[in-house]
Amino acid sequence: MKILVCISSVPDTTAKIGFTDNDTAFDSNGVTYIIGPYDDYALARAVELKEQSGGTVTVLNVGTASSDPQIRKALAIGADDAIRVNAEPTDSYFVAEQIAHIAKDAGYDLIMMGRETTDYNSGVVHGIVGELLGIPSLSPVMELTIDGDKANISREIEGGKEKIEATLPLVLGCQEPIAEWKIASMRGIMSARKKPLNVVEPVGETLTSISSYSLPPAKGACKMIPAEEAEKLIELLRTEAKVI
Amino acid sequence: MSILVFAELADGVVKKTSLEAVYYGAKVAEMLGGTNTVIAIGNASETELAKLGNYGATKVLHAGDSKLESANIMAYSEVLTAAAKSTGATVIITAKSSLADAVTARTAGALKAGVVGNVTELPKLDNGFSVTRSIFTGKAFAETTINTDIKVLALKKNAITPVTSDSAAPVEAFQADVNDTAFGAKITETLKATGTVPLPEADLVVSGGRGMKGPENWQPLLDLAEALGATTACSKPVSDLDWRPHHEHVGQTGVKVSPNLYIACGISGAIQHLAGVNSSKVIVVINTDPEAPFFKAADYGIVGDVFDVLPKLTAAVKAG
Ligand SMILES: Cc1cc2nc3c(=O)[nH]c(=O)nc-3n(C[C@H](O)[C@H](O)[C@H](O)COP(=O)(O)OP(=O)(O)OC[C@H]3O[C@@H](n4cnc5c(N)ncnc54)[C@H](O)[C@@H]3O)c2cc1C
Repeated sequence: MKILVCISSVPDTTAKIGFTDNDTAFDSNGVTYIIGPYDDYALARAVELKEQSGGTVTVLNVGTASSDPQIRKALAIGADDAIRVNAEPTDSYFVAEQIAHIAKDAGYDLIMMGRETTDYNSGVVHGIVGELLGIPSLSPVMELTIDGDKANISREIEGGKEKIEATLPLVLGCQEPIAEWKIASMRGIMSARKKPLNVVEPVGETLTSISSYSLPPAKGACKMIPAEEAEKLIELLRTEAKVI
Repeated sequence: MSILVFAELADGVVKKTSLEAVYYGAKVAEMLGGTNTVIAIGNASETELAKLGNYGATKVLHAGDSKLESANIMAYSEVLTAAAKSTGATVIITAKSSLADAVTARTAGALKAGVVGNVTELPKLDNGFSVTRSIFTGKAFAETTINTDIKVLALKKNAITPVTSDSAAPVEAFQADVNDTAFGAKITETLKATGTVPLPEADLVVSGGRGMKGPENWQPLLDLAEALGATTACSKPVSDLDWRPHHEHVGQTGVKVSPNLYIACGISGAIQHLAGVNSSKVIVVINTDPEAPFFKAADYGIVGDVFDVLPKLTAAVKAG
């Protein structure tokens, strides 16, 4: 089995979000970057599938050299080699186009990624890749087993899940509990240094552009209600907040 | 200008989030001077679909072929793409959902259209076509310009509040040739909780964390939810421990909600939990620990034991 796992490099979930240059750029000062949390699940499942039935896992990132630590981490977790498309991932279509371009004639059985990134949250890259390659795409996938060229998938839907049978090749947008997150071992970290990381130049174009960023207005103080008078809350929700 | 809105059906009824999208489409059509066509795929009665006129649809296309009864991502995106081509749509609008996100993505790919998700406001037209979208899981916004002729927008819940009229919309059958390969991925089973509004669409949510101390203690929370007509949710450890089903897990790695009211019971308010709930209009926090971080994000707070507080709240709702 030949698997391509696409990972994003995103600010740590606890990072403070701020902007610079007159609110036209993200302020990465002091921000730690991590593999996108949903991508981590995709990677973990891909490595498990390889361990179970052989094959290869290639990790792909569209990003500048600043994502190399996240790519090395993915290699340490168990990917065999890596490709970095040397470009700022500015737009969903652009990222999808790079993935599709690399995957086009490479014969991957599975192209796995997170259901969405935790920076721009668009959640559309998997579908665009599927469409560009003319193969099915399914998301958000929470369970995946492979039997020959058949995949058994469960996909989260509002208030439940649906089970799907499909034939490879497939593009999957993944989320928990598809696998347990994997932590790199010392041996993994050592061997990751020697695994190949190929840098290629981008193709295609960006279809959208961001002109400015903003933060939500600051929250007012929390109104405290003594526990002994808890029922007052309901009155306030009725008359003041008017939400019930 | 032609606007096309994807109306998602659940058991023959148009979803509430799609009604918001139809109304949003009507407003965009007003701004651009054009028509607001809606495409509904799957099983629904003509009466149900004609009602979309109340929300500003000028016409409803209905792809009701029996093959389209189950919500197949590939087939639905082919129908949406065909409808976009046949109506010459320049703006395609969908409402965020597990199905619509996947369908929107493929449609944008097929049309090579700039696509923006989590849209929170009507577009601005003073300098091209730009929309505000929520990013960093609700922690910021980005003003995004779409530079392609066809623009695809996926709306965040509660981005717009529909004002309805009593006009009905004409309903026309829509036939799209769907490639057989689209049905290659087969839905074999659907497992769905019934009875309450699905979490992403709920206006009122009562949620429990590890402070509820065990699955056997959920009754007071369920009682409050029932009295309010609210949907229940939980924090990640609660679903990881199997105290509650996975689809109730809200947060950064779970469902994102933007209800009018979110009541958090025994939840600490870790940043990853807040990421899924911070677009709620009003947040209530009940926690024994006055230092719980959630109080900083709350509008109303009670420092107290959930097992004392919840029954009092339920009684007050019932009394009112
Ligand atoms: C990458 C990543 C992603 C994550 N994604 C999510 C996510 O999507 N959603 C999510 O929820 N978490 C997520 N987490 C986990 C998150 O960091 C927290 O661990 C989790 O939200 C804590 O859940 P909790 O508040 O229920 O439990 P705890 O942190 O244990 O808090 C329980 C709270 O209950 C209070 N309490 C105890 N007893 C009572 C009582 N009798 N009455 C009232 N209050 C009481 C306590 O004071 C405490 O504040 C993620 C973590 C990581 C690292």
